[in-house]
Amino acid sequence: MSEPILMKGNEAVAEAAIAAGCRYFFGYPITPQSEVLEQLARRLPEVGGAYVQAESEVSAINMVFGAASAGARVMTASSSPGISLMQEGISYIASAQLPAVLVNIMRGAPGLGGIHPSQADYFQSVKGGGHGDYRLVVLAPSSVQELIDHTVLAFELAEKYRTPVMVFGDAMMGQMMEPVVLPDTEPYPVHRPWATTGMKGGRGPNIVHTLYLPADKLEQHCQRLFAKYAEIERNEQRSVQYLTEDADIVVVAFGIMSRVARAAVEMAREHGIRAGLFRPVTLWPFPAAALREAASQARLVMAAEISMGQMVEDVRLAIQGRVPVTLFNRIGLVPNPDEIFERIRKEAREVQLVNG
Amino acid sequence: MAKGYQRPSTLLDRPWHFCPGCNHGIAHRLVAEVVEEMGMVEKTVGVGSVGCGVFAYEYFNFDGIGPSHGRAPAVATGVKRVLPDHLVFTYQGDGDLAAIGTTEMVHSAVRGENITVIFVNNTLYGMTGGQMAPTTLTGQVTTTSPRGRGREQGFPFRVSEMLATLEGAAYVTRVALFNPAQVVRAKKAIRKAFEVQMQGLGFSLVEVLSACPTNWGLAPLEALKFVEEKMLPTYPLGEFKVPEGVKA
Repeated sequence: MSEPILMKGNEAVAEAAIAAGCRYFFGYPITPQSEVLEQLARRLPEVGGAYVQAESEVSAINMVFGAASAGARVMTASSSPGISLMQEGISYIASAQLPAVLVNIMRGAPGLGGIHPSQADYFQSVKGGGHGDYRLVVLAPSSVQELIDHTVLAFELAEKYRTPVMVFGDAMMGQMMEPVVLPDTEPYPVHRPWATTGMKGGRGPNIVHTLYLPADKLEQHCQRLFAKYAEIERNEQRSVQYLTEDADIVVVAFGIMSRVARAAVEMAREHGIRAGLFRPVTLWPFPAAALREAASQARLVMAAEISMGQMVEDVRLAIQGRVPVTLFNRIGLVPNPDEIFERIRKEAREVQLVNG
Repeated sequence: MAKGYQRPSTLLDRPWHFCPGCNHGIAHRLVAEVVEEMGMVEKTVGVGSVGCGVFAYEYFNFDGIGPSHGRAPAVATGVKRVLPDHLVFTYQGDGDLAAIGTTEMVHSAVRGENITVIFVNNTLYGMTGGQMAPTTLTGQVTTTSPRGRGREQGFPFRVSEMLATLEGAAYVTRVALFNPAQVVRAKKAIRKAFEVQMQGLGFSLVEVLSACPTNWGLAPLEALKFVEEKMLPTYPLGEFKVPEGVKA
């Protein structure tokens, strides 16, 4: 392992991509993501790759489509409004079964919204976004180190399952600096006999496409895709638990919010409230069974997120009505731990875990 | 030398889905012949489009990609950056290229991307049933300009003339297919465009005026006459940009 260095989240994503063997990046500037672009514009030519600043996010995601088709490990990064523009391309990439990594350094929305931290693109990426039946693997790191680790993991999952993988950051994680260690392991191998690289060696034409005009062919295609998604659901659910074994109140939070929630859980414990934290690391596939198990003793489950309440729907589906599921949420900022703690204390009173 | 039509090895032996009298089959064949004659079959990636060119990869006997509507030049950019020594071209109609794909087409040229665009202009959206396109002639009746394209529907989009103003565009030409001499000229233009690309000189585009008898409501021979008599005044043939050192 290399020595710890201090690094900004966005730059860390760029360096992690290079460490993972990514040599091609296509993107468009947008706050608070632009340092990913700037870092790769500097670095990719140094390592024998190519960086193209596209004229829009629409073009960027289609350049990703082309580079992935041609056999390259490739990435793009943007922030919420830009990710919206990529949705058509993501549907095509998923259908064509192309490995690609997409990073969303989420900002305030809807519309132009703001440039504050946000988690309000959960529905867009976890539930769909583009047209048609497809799934996007979504990873939710909670620190600059995890931005690195999950970017590397994203390339591995994309390659292994021939599917696009999204890494969720937010304006705070993208901009903040933390000590990190860059990986020095060998990148996951690229093996793409299906890629459109020219018919060398006398093989027939390789075709990358997404059109299935006969109805039965389209149905078979969707069934193949969903057999793969079922395998991902079986193999790739990830979550982290903290003090959930005896928890009366289980807080569920991902990304930057999970760090604040953890501090709030500790405050609650200091006040005699048995609180715990369940942190989904994969948002799709959502670790529903692990959450259900973690909350099996709980009297109340509280989703905490920086949106008007999106992940809370998956929490409710996982809990299946066994205990009340409530929502703590803020918009445009990362709350302080004491805000979440106060809410935990209030909920604890209501479910009569503590007196007045 | 063998006389008459022979199928190049770069074209698969299957019947076209095109309407009788459509020029797409000729345009496909010319591209396939040039790829074969340049000995590039193992180093060619063709990028199709959405519209009547959507099945290009079903006909070409080399690697192919089916992109989303209008984005072919962006997809080709991604391919070319990864495989810079390959021949990478797009095959797009005027609906795909001159409307929804204007941005991708213009900015590939702005960047001087080393790709070739084969741009088939038949003045309307063929696959969806003959709707007006930006390239529709003034006064031309289509299913969405039923009284003829008038002032309110704007003016014909001269893509080649516009692209020729860009520094990154190395070779821009307009050809037609309405008689055998024009077909021969069109093939030479495609060859020149591909050579310009392989020399790394920048973006190249060959605009091919093409007949659409079905949506024009004309017999095949009348449709060829329409290209010559009605399209040429708006879309004159010729080379609009030729790189220095390359014979005009």
